[in-house]
Amino acid sequence: MPEILFEGRRASLEANETVLDALLRIEPSLPYSCRSGACQSCIMKASRGQVTPRSQLGLKESWVKEGYFLPCVCQPTEDLEVARVDNDQESIRCRIESVQRFCSDIVRIRLTAEKTFDYRAGQYVNLIRSDGLSRSYSLASLPDDEFLELHVSIQPEGQMSQWLASSDAVGETVILRGPSGDCYYQQGETAETLFLMGSGTGLAPLYGVARDALRQGFEGRILLYHAARSEDHLYLNEELTQLSNAQTRLDYLPFVEKAEGEFVRMIATSNHDWRRGRIYLCGGPSMVNSLRKKLYLLGADLKSIHSDAFVTKKPSSTAASP
Amino acid sequence: MRSTSDSLYDSLGGAVAMEAAVDQFYRKVLLDDRISHFFDDVDMDRQRAKQIGFLTMVTGGPNHYTGKDMRTGHRHLVERGLNDEHVDVVLELLGETLKELGVADEQIAQVAAIANSVRDDVLNR
Repeated sequence: MPEILFEGRRASLEANETVLDALLRIEPSLPYSCRSGACQSCIMKASRGQVTPRSQLGLKESWVKEGYFLPCVCQPTEDLEVARVDNDQESIRCRIESVQRFCSDIVRIRLTAEKTFDYRAGQYVNLIRSDGLSRSYSLASLPDDEFLELHVSIQPEGQMSQWLASSDAVGETVILRGPSGDCYYQQGETAETLFLMGSGTGLAPLYGVARDALRQGFEGRILLYHAARSEDHLYLNEELTQLSNAQTRLDYLPFVEKAEGEFVRMIATSNHDWRRGRIYLCGGPSMVNSLRKKLYLLGADLKSIHSDAFVTKKPSSTAASP
Repeated sequence: MRSTSDSLYDSLGGAVAMEAAVDQFYRKVLLDDRISHFFDDVDMDRQRAKQIGFLTMVTGGPNHYTGKDMRTGHRHLVERGLNDEHVDVVLELLGETLKELGVADEQIAQVAAIANSVRDDVLNR
């Protein structure tokens, strides 16, 4: 019978057992609930060996490609090496090289990592200061770029953002932990259109995704929407106008939102075939959540919607959650 | 796993069919003003997965749901006013979905009976 290697230990599958059954013998604390492939509580990642199609049914394509599967309904025919999904992150030391002001309350932070940091454009990281203060930010850079780049919205009382925006931060060392999130370009994308929609600094990951898609030779159209509360807050206007002029596949669609909800209404009433696209939503939770629901009801496949809702913590700081 | 070979779940096509049917059902739920507000703040990916679990259970497919799961899973909704009328709406939408999938009325009634059997657990009484 197949053997499962998990955190350096081995579990052997008995007849009719699932991977979860076998793993629970060596690690009873593993999370699970429905045991029928529905709730996804027990989700794991296989780094070696073939999992069964049934155990990946209903998972996002990006997860399937990464080897994610549901052990509670997996009865493999060969040996597997599996891991918990939140355990494949790394921590890496970085130096803050520069802080550039885009507008009154958004800055571009560039960092260099002490060694190669493996990520995909559009994913996010946890940035940890030497005193332990930590916040999540999306990466705007591509892995080949000279720097790791973050776009930080300065919060009135944000401990981290105020510090990052000050000259004190330049030259300092911070830890990046990650990467996380599935807002990235899928290799071999077959969707006809990429709909990239961001508000505020939600543009950062989308800027990365758009450039990554172009670089990887995506053959469809890319619509990059940026909603901001003023002209000044369309902080990459010049750069993206130039890029879209040079790239026929890319349309850059800036939108100044004068009243809350305008952007969502504009998108929900636009005449796109959402079924044929892959959708990325990044920014404030109200925009992300209401667009996700509206686009699903308009026919978009939930598995083709990738989102990062940026949650501002009280008193005020920025964090992205998957 | 417990599942009988002649369950509606199997005749519909098992897990693959649930995956295909869930969007039909979930969109109805979200569009129905009588119950959609209970779903405003939920993680839609997780909710969709739970709906698959629900469809699997009521069609007689393999599931491990217990009365306790049903109680704890809905307690916060009961506190927000979830009552029999809302459960009726869910059953109505479930029936519509199954009808669209070509399921006979007689079998829809069987499904409704299974769904009704967890009503008291869902409503925490």
